[in-house]
Amino acid sequence: MSEIKEIISRILPSATFTEGDTLMVTVDEKDWHGFAKALKETKGLEFDVLSAVVGMDWKDSLGVVYYLTSTSRNWDVISVKVAVADRENPMIHSVCDLWKVANFQEREVYDFYGIKFINHPDMRRFFLRNDWKGHPLRKDYDADPKLNPIPTEDEKNEDDTVSYVEDENGNVKAVPGKVFEEDEYVVNIGPQHPSTHGVMRFRASVDGETVKKVDVVSGYIHRGIEKLSEGLTYPQILHFTDRMDYMSAHQNRHCLCMCIEKAMGLEVPRRAQVIRVMMDELMRISSHLLSFGCTAMDLGATTAFFYGFREREMILDIFEKTCGARMSMNYNVIGGVIADLHPDFVKDVKELINIMPSRLKEYHKVFSGNLIAKNRLKKVGHLSKEDAINYAITGPSGRGSNWSCDCRKKHPYAVYSEVEFDEVLGDGCDSYSRYMVRMKEIEQSCRILEQLVDRIPEGDIRAQVPKVIKLPVGSWYQQVEASRGTFGVYIESTGEKNPYRVHFQSPCFNLVGVMDLTCSGYMIADLITIGAALDFVIPDIDR
Amino acid sequence: MFNFGIWTSEFNKFLMGFLPEWATVLVECVIIAVLVLLTYTVLALFYILYERKLCAWFQCRLGPMRVGKWGLLQVFADMFKILIKELISLKDTDRFLFKLAPYLVITSSVVMLACLPWGNGLQIINYNIGIFFILAVSSVGVLGILLAGWASNNKYTLIGAMRSGAQMISYEISLGLAIITIIVFAGTMNINELVWAQDKAWFIFRGHIPAIIAFLIYIVAATAETNRGPFDLPEAEHELTAGYHTEYSGIHFGFFYLAEYLNLFIVSGIASLMFLGGWMPLHIPGWDGFNNVMNYIPSVVWFLGKSFFVSYVIIWFKWTFPRVRIDQMLSFEWKYLMPLSLANLVLMAVFVALGWHF
Repeated sequence: MSEIKEIISRILPSATFTEGDTLMVTVDEKDWHGFAKALKETKGLEFDVLSAVVGMDWKDSLGVVYYLTSTSRNWDVISVKVAVADRENPMIHSVCDLWKVANFQEREVYDFYGIKFINHPDMRRFFLRNDWKGHPLRKDYDADPKLNPIPTEDEKNEDDTVSYVEDENGNVKAVPGKVFEEDEYVVNIGPQHPSTHGVMRFRASVDGETVKKVDVVSGYIHRGIEKLSEGLTYPQILHFTDRMDYMSAHQNRHCLCMCIEKAMGLEVPRRAQVIRVMMDELMRISSHLLSFGCTAMDLGATTAFFYGFREREMILDIFEKTCGARMSMNYNVIGGVIADLHPDFVKDVKELINIMPSRLKEYHKVFSGNLIAKNRLKKVGHLSKEDAINYAITGPSGRGSNWSCDCRKKHPYAVYSEVEFDEVLGDGCDSYSRYMVRMKEIEQSCRILEQLVDRIPEGDIRAQVPKVIKLPVGSWYQQVEASRGTFGVYIESTGEKNPYRVHFQSPCFNLVGVMDLTCSGYMIADLITIGAALDFVIPDIDR
Repeated sequence: MFNFGIWTSEFNKFLMGFLPEWATVLVECVIIAVLVLLTYTVLALFYILYERKLCAWFQCRLGPMRVGKWGLLQVFADMFKILIKELISLKDTDRFLFKLAPYLVITSSVVMLACLPWGNGLQIINYNIGIFFILAVSSVGVLGILLAGWASNNKYTLIGAMRSGAQMISYEISLGLAIITIIVFAGTMNINELVWAQDKAWFIFRGHIPAIIAFLIYIVAATAETNRGPFDLPEAEHELTAGYHTEYSGIHFGFFYLAEYLNLFIVSGIASLMFLGGWMPLHIPGWDGFNNVMNYIPSVVWFLGKSFFVSYVIIWFKWTFPRVRIDQMLSFEWKYLMPLSLANLVLMAVFVALGWHF
């Protein structure tokens, strides 16, 4: 860390440092773009992954906190804070020319904080309607329903966009643009569509059957979890995580609990840690089984879908016995887990581990080995390793592009450093590779479970926590490997019993960011395949 | 073998006894029309239940179980539901063509049904170009699908209709070539004569290698012709929601639905006619005792049994295989299937010329 600090102060002497959970660098807005370029390109730093973009309102100023990861520096993380005092017309330079993932991330920040990003190619709102008044995550937001009444008319298809372009003299000018040209044939896929896996809308411009461009229209089920969290206490915000990516409910909640525990300096009992890891891995298997089933179904093989669900049912039964629920488990709590394991847990898990290898063989026989399935998945939706890093595509989709990005290996947490498992990589960079990574990860998850199932230590299931949980002043960022990629939680606290700002960095948000890149040039049917193989879950995007 | 023709000619004689000839023909036509439509409905209902039960078993499920014993009455409930549903009319559609389309589809499928040989003497029309007529009528159905897609004024339906047009026109070639291969072998297009030509043994055995190849080509092409998986692109529900019939409701949708199931039966029926002997029982030359026993099974049972078996195979791969993509589907037809069927036709001609068959 001190080495990074040294290099940074050499590049930008005016930068100030705050030591915390990660090294936080505060820079002036006018230096930001040049500094960002230096962070990405300077030898010895090479922060090539933009892990999170967190919009902030510090009342006296608006700003953004960027979390950057360097793959070449052993996954070191730093954060950069950029603030502007102008609340009327806040402007920050965009970094989406350096990290492509910033494109959608900055649109989200613009949507919620009204910060305009200079040189961003497409400065539209991301979640809210174009006619929405105000920016809801600002602290001075007026939530009066009269301002934004429930609309009774359909939203018009707005093809107008704007870009704030800076010329050589530093003057910023709004340049209007068009998302689609007048004569393009735009097919609407979603929001009600069987294969978008939720309420998602893609506007695809097609030439015959070939997709030319995909515009992502999101926000149909956005619940404003981040805004809601600001008004609730820490134990109260836990349950939101089960409702984001419901297929990674345990991992998401594990992440939030760890972030709060880190801030409190709380030691979690070993039994709770082992249970959490086992639950995470069960959740991962269940998620990948669902993904297998949905991929098969989206390709038209309806029977394979049921086979995947048959085994997933066993895992849901395990959850039901221990957690009392099958979907929103509410299992992890601050300091441990809420209830002890059901007496059948060990037996059920062993049965699952025993049965999975033969069932995986069956899946490969009925679907993966099928010639039609191979032709549909192979060489479809090419995503190179460079693009995966640039768009911060983590999880099985990133690993399908041969990018080693498993958070369990890079930043081991809980008891992951003590168990043996391989990080599955695929070098096809296509949908088939992503699909196969998932199938192989099921085997690895079974391996982790096998090592832990007989070694669950005795002891407490949760640590003693105070009745009222207050975090000290500061900010924390925690990442875990969820089923679909790296899930991050950012908490900023002012010492109150409710957080000042909570941000969830969801993997699926980045996944939809590559839809345009991966679908262009392929066919309409491939758009569905690519979506299925990327495997995004909509509530995770629309937090 | 019992000849059902005895019944029909007796009935004809009975009517002629007290009616003038024109009235006899009229009465007979009306009765036959009613019978065809009844058969059509009953078969459609049976097929819906048949497919639902089969796919449930493939998928480790039970299928419909609530209405009636083993869900037997489920299809009737579904039928009444679809009959009483509202026919939604849409803005900005071509009203006339929109309403015409389902009738075109269903008419072509009813006419095809009427041409099938149901049993010994149970045939409605006996043309000398019977099989040719069936092929011609089957092409009318695609018009209905194209019209439905166009008149709905919806992008999904239009893409579905375009796919359907491309698919049907392409696969009709292989389908026709497979049938011509058998016609070359049999030397007739008359449906009745085709069946009687298989008295000694079915064509698939008599024609051996080229006939088996033609049968496989026919099954693939027929699956594509009926828009069933893995060739169900025109209505690929995961891409185009419901394809060309997205905008239809009530019985208009029901017509597409019925026609799809009945087309499945019809292509299976043609397969059993061309390759598996139609209503002809299983005869093995030289095994006279066995052949006589087989003759005791009514010819209608043979025909339906064979058709249901072929349908079973088609249903089986619909529920197992993923869907192909439009370019893969077209290149499969034009690059592999059609050249193969042409070569097979030549092969069959050689076999027939040299007498290398049974």
